Amino acid sequence: MLFLLLTAAAIVWVRNLFAVVILSGVYSLLMAGTFTILDAVDVAFTEAAVGAGISTVLLLATLALVGQEDHGQHRRALGPIAIVALAGAMLIYAVPDMPRFGSPEAPIHVHVAPRYIEETPNAIGIPNVVTAVLADYRSFDTLGEVTVIFTAGIGVLLLLAGKRRKRK
Amino acid sequence: MNEHLILRVVIKFLIPFILLFALYVQAHGDYGPGGGFQAGVIFSAGLILYGMVFGLQRLRKVAPPKLVLTFIAIGLLLYAGVGFVTMLLGGTFLDYGYLADISTHGHHYGIILIELGVGITVASVMIAIFQTFTERTEENTDRNVGTR
Amino acid sequence: MSALGNFNYVIAITLAMIGFYVLIERGNLIKKLVGLNVFQTSVFLLYISMGKIEGGTPPIHYDGVAPFSNPLPHVLILTAIVVAVATLSVGLALVIRIREAYGTIEEDEIRALDDQLGDAE
Repeated sequence: MLFLLLTAAAIVWVRNLFAVVILSGVYSLLMAGTFTILDAVDVAFTEAAVGAGISTVLLLATLALVGQEDHGQHRRALGPIAIVALAGAMLIYAVPDMPRFGSPEAPIHVHVAPRYIEETPNAIGIPNVVTAVLADYRSFDTLGEVTVIFTAGIGVLLLLAGKRRKRK
Repeated sequence: MNEHLILRVVIKFLIPFILLFALYVQAHGDYGPGGGFQAGVIFSAGLILYGMVFGLQRLRKVAPPKLVLTFIAIGLLLYAGVGFVTMLLGGTFLDYGYLADISTHGHHYGIILIELGVGITVASVMIAIFQTFTERTEENTDRNVGTR
Repeated sequence: MSALGNFNYVIAITLAMIGFYVLIERGNLIKKLVGLNVFQTSVFLLYISMGKIEGGTPPIHYDGVAPFSNPLPHVLILTAIVVAVATLSVGLALVIRIREAYGTIEEDEIRALDDQLGDAE
């Protein structure tokens, strides 16, 4: 977990964009490890494949096009720091009101989830509850989400793949 | 790219296993961790690896852009199509229970079909995006060769 | 105890703030996108932390191991990750177009160029 923080802080400080991209890949991989510890194997799997794999490749492909150096001025303005500190302080102030970490009585665990877990083996007949919820109970969500991917793909193709107009 | 001999040999050896693993993840999404998203991403990662090492031209031969574009649509249509089939069979949209005589089996078939649709769309979108990005890169390097 | 027990939430918030800071302070568009990514991932961490149950196992049914961690956040985040990569790719495509139109990906320089154009007209 602390490595996560370190990597994220490094992303802020490092100026070379290539290093930033590689660090974001490292960050995603660490995040995937954390997800595995927190029992979310499916999510960890996806995060490792997507975050550390595909997005790094895409970022690198973009870097090949736009160059590597971040030579913008650091504005060092107090505004952003103040906003971030304020928002962070408010959120941390809210933390003690959250249910205790790992507590089975937290509101999130008592409402819909038990039904999914209990019904899945009988009603759907597959052991992986995550897949069952994803593709069956909540298949409308997934349909919408596949449509988002579809739209993103079409959007990228429209932005980049068209015939180049000749510029002077 | 001719100089990276070790890379090319190792990658050539790895790619079939990556693709096979993607298919395994796709097919076993209902028993272990995995499913359409992961399978699609891993599958496209295999092809993208191929494209990175052997060049875009050869990737185009393996996955022609037209075909990839068609598959983007096919995946989504397969997903929505399952919904309409269940409607025709008497249920509501995406109510898999009507796909087979026994409701449980129907659910199972439905999930497999849907995951397949998701996998196809995700894989082909990722490949298409990678192809357009690298295509841009190659055009730009061609143009910049004289100037830099 | 409460601060230590909710360690995960604090980490998630810190990460979110780091991502937020990169997003609003840095002028480089690629770095902004990476910051956005950090921000998104911190939200994933928050959700997954909420889904965890003490002594729980991954939500896959085998011979009655119990209790399971909550599968619902897992599903939501699974889709969120893939949507995140889709938005990332669209963002990168936009960055490439901006670079082609302006020759730079620094926000300040783009704004300066815009001002110049406005003055010329």
